[in-house]
Amino acid sequence: MNRINKKIQESKKILSIYFTAGYPKTDDTVNIIQNLEKSGVDMIEIGLPFSDPLADGPTIQASSTQALKNGMTTEVLFKQLKDIRESVNIPLIIMGYFNPILQYGVEAFCKKCEEIGIDGLIIPDLPVDVYNEKYKATFEKHGLINVFLITPQTSVERIRFIDSISNGFIYMVSSASVTGSQSGFGDEQTNYFKRIADMNLKNPQIIGFGISDNKTFLQATQFSKGAIIGSAFIKHLTKEGVTKINSFVKSILK
Amino acid sequence: MTYNINEKGYYGEFGGAYIPEMLYPNVEELRENYLKIMAEPEFQKEFNQLLKDYVGRPSPLYFAKRLSEKFNTKIYLKREDLNHTGAHKINNTIGQILMAKRLGKHRIIAETGAGQHGVATATVCALMGLECIVYMGEIDIARQAPNVARMKMLGATVVPALSGSRTLKDATNEAIRDWINNPVDTHYIIGSVVGPHPYPDMVARFQAVVSEEIQWQLQEHEGKTKPDYVVACVGGGSNAAGAYYHFLEDTNIKLIAVEAAGKGIHSGESAATSVLGKEGIIHGSKTLLMQTPDGQITEPYSISAGLDYPGVGPMHAHLYKSGRAQFISITDDQAMKAGLELCQLEGIIPAIESSHALAVFEQKTFLPEDVVVLSLSGRGDKDLETYINYFNL
Ligand SMILES: Cc1ncc(COP(=O)(O)O)c(C=O)c1O
Repeated sequence: MNRINKKIQESKKILSIYFTAGYPKTDDTVNIIQNLEKSGVDMIEIGLPFSDPLADGPTIQASSTQALKNGMTTEVLFKQLKDIRESVNIPLIIMGYFNPILQYGVEAFCKKCEEIGIDGLIIPDLPVDVYNEKYKATFEKHGLINVFLITPQTSVERIRFIDSISNGFIYMVSSASVTGSQSGFGDEQTNYFKRIADMNLKNPQIIGFGISDNKTFLQATQFSKGAIIGSAFIKHLTKEGVTKINSFVKSILK
Repeated sequence: MTYNINEKGYYGEFGGAYIPEMLYPNVEELRENYLKIMAEPEFQKEFNQLLKDYVGRPSPLYFAKRLSEKFNTKIYLKREDLNHTGAHKINNTIGQILMAKRLGKHRIIAETGAGQHGVATATVCALMGLECIVYMGEIDIARQAPNVARMKMLGATVVPALSGSRTLKDATNEAIRDWINNPVDTHYIIGSVVGPHPYPDMVARFQAVVSEEIQWQLQEHEGKTKPDYVVACVGGGSNAAGAYYHFLEDTNIKLIAVEAAGKGIHSGESAATSVLGKEGIIHGSKTLLMQTPDGQITEPYSISAGLDYPGVGPMHAHLYKSGRAQFISITDDQAMKAGLELCQLEGIIPAIESSHALAVFEQKTFLPEDVVVLSLSGRGDKDLETYINYFNL
C-alpha cells in the first residue's frame, strides 16, 4: 500500500510540511526531511524549485529563486534523495511545476520517483484532463499518487469529479489566493471548510495555503484530515536555518 | 492540416490551458463564453464602431514606393502605427474590455513590457470607467518612463513586478497571481497571443481585423485580395497573428515571422525563440520557449522591449514546426538600420519592434512582381530615447 494511503488510515490529524529543495542551502534537503520526521511531522512535500512559480506568493518565490541560484536542479534533487528511504519512513511528495518535469521526461521522472520511494506528486499546472488523457497510466505504473487541488471557487460538480479520480487525498486550497497570503481564517473560510466536509467525499481533504501556526492548524483540521504548512516554515528556515526545526513543529502541534 | 486552433484549444500540438486549479473557474468562464459573446451582433457593432471612431480604423495599407524601388519589389505597409495609442495593441484591448463588461467584471489587470499594451489597456479602461492595474517589471518601469507616465495619466495603477528577473515574464506572473487572488470580479487582459486557451485564439480574433482589411485594401491597390508574402515581427505574436489570420490556410501566401536575435542568436543575449527555444509550458500554454536543459525559463534580450519575451504564442510554435511560416531572426543592429532607413525613405518613424520586420528586405530577396505586405505594428515615439542613444542623435 502507498505510504500516503497508509498514513491517512492510521493517523489522527495530519501535519504536512512543504519546503523548497535547495533552500536555504543546496545540501540541506536530507537534513530537513530527517528533522521534520523526527519532530513528528506526518508527511512532507519536497518543492522542486521553478523559475516562474505562478501559484506561489513572495516567500516561496524567493526561496525558489535562491534554490536555483544555489544550483538546485531535478538531477541534483534526485541524487540527494537517492538513499532517503534508509532513514525516513513517512510519505514523501514532490511538488513542482510541470515544465521542469516535462523537460526531464514524465516517464523518466516517475520512474526515478519510484526508485527513490516518492509516494506522490503535486503539479499545480498540470490540468486534470491532460493528466487523465496522457499521464495517468504512467503515474500509476510507478505507484505515484497524483494530488489534485480544489479551491473555494471550484464547482460542486468539479469537486465530485476530482474526488472520483483521486486516490490519496484532495489538496484543499484554503482561499482564493497564492501561497502564503493569509493571516488567519474568517467565517468565509470556515463555511467553505464545512461545506466541503459535508460533501462526504471519498477522499480525505488536507487544507493548505495560509496555515502558519497552532491556531490556524487547529482551525483547518477541525473540518479536515490535515493541514499543510509551507510559507511559514520557509520563513522559519530563513530566520533560523535548519537547526530549530523541532521547535517550529512543536509550536504547531503544541 | 489546419493552421488555426482546433476545438480542444490546440494549434497542432501547441496551446491548451496548463493552469493551476485556482485559475480554472476564470479561464473556464471565458472559454465557455468568448465565442458566443463575440458572435453577438451587438458586440460586433460596438467593437467595429469603436475601432472606426476611436482607434481610427481602417488603418491605411500604404504602398511604400521608395522602399519598393530600393528593394525592387512591391512593398505595402499596414499602418498599425497610425492607430490611437500608436500600435496594434489597442485592437485587442478594445475587444477584451467589451468582453470584460459582458462578463460583468469591473476590475481590469494587465501585464506590460515596453508599456504599449499597458497604455492600450489603461486607455480602454479610462474609456469604459473601469479600474485598471498594470503589472510591469521594475526594470522596465525604469527604462520606459514615458509610458509609465502615460498609464498614470490615464488613471491606471502601475504595480512594479519585483520577482524573478523583473521584466515582462515576471510582470505576467504577477498579473496571473493577481487573478488567482481576485477570481470573481477581475478580468485579465493579456497583451498578446499567449497564455492559456482561449487567450491566444481570442486575441488573434480581435487582431484579425488587420488581415480582413488587407484583403479589400489590396483589392483596391492591386486588383487582388491575396499578397504573395505577409511579414510581421513576433514577440508573443499578436500583430503577426492579426496580419496572417485570414491567410493562414492559403499556402500560396507565404508567411514570414521575424524574431529578435538581440546581439546575435548565439550571443547569450537574444530573443530568437524559434531557434533557441524548446517545447515546454510558459504562462499556461504549451509552446516553444527559451529555457535551461532543466526546464527553468531563461531571460531573453532584445533592444526592443516588445520582442523581449522568452516564448512565442502557440499559433506561431505551430506555424514554425509545420513549416507554414518562415522564421527569420534580426539583430539589434540590423533592426536599427532598417528603422532609420524607413524614416529616410518614407518619412515614417517605426517602433523598433516593427523595424525588425523591415530588416527582412536586407536578408531575403523578393521578385519584382511579388506583393509583400508588412505589418508596421507601431510607431517609434516610445522608442525615441533608444534611437537617440543608438545613433547619438
Ligand atoms: C509596436 C509593437 N510591435 C510588436 C510588439 C510585439 O508584440 P506581438 O508579438 O504580440 O505583436 C509590441 C509589443 O509591445 C509592440 O509594441
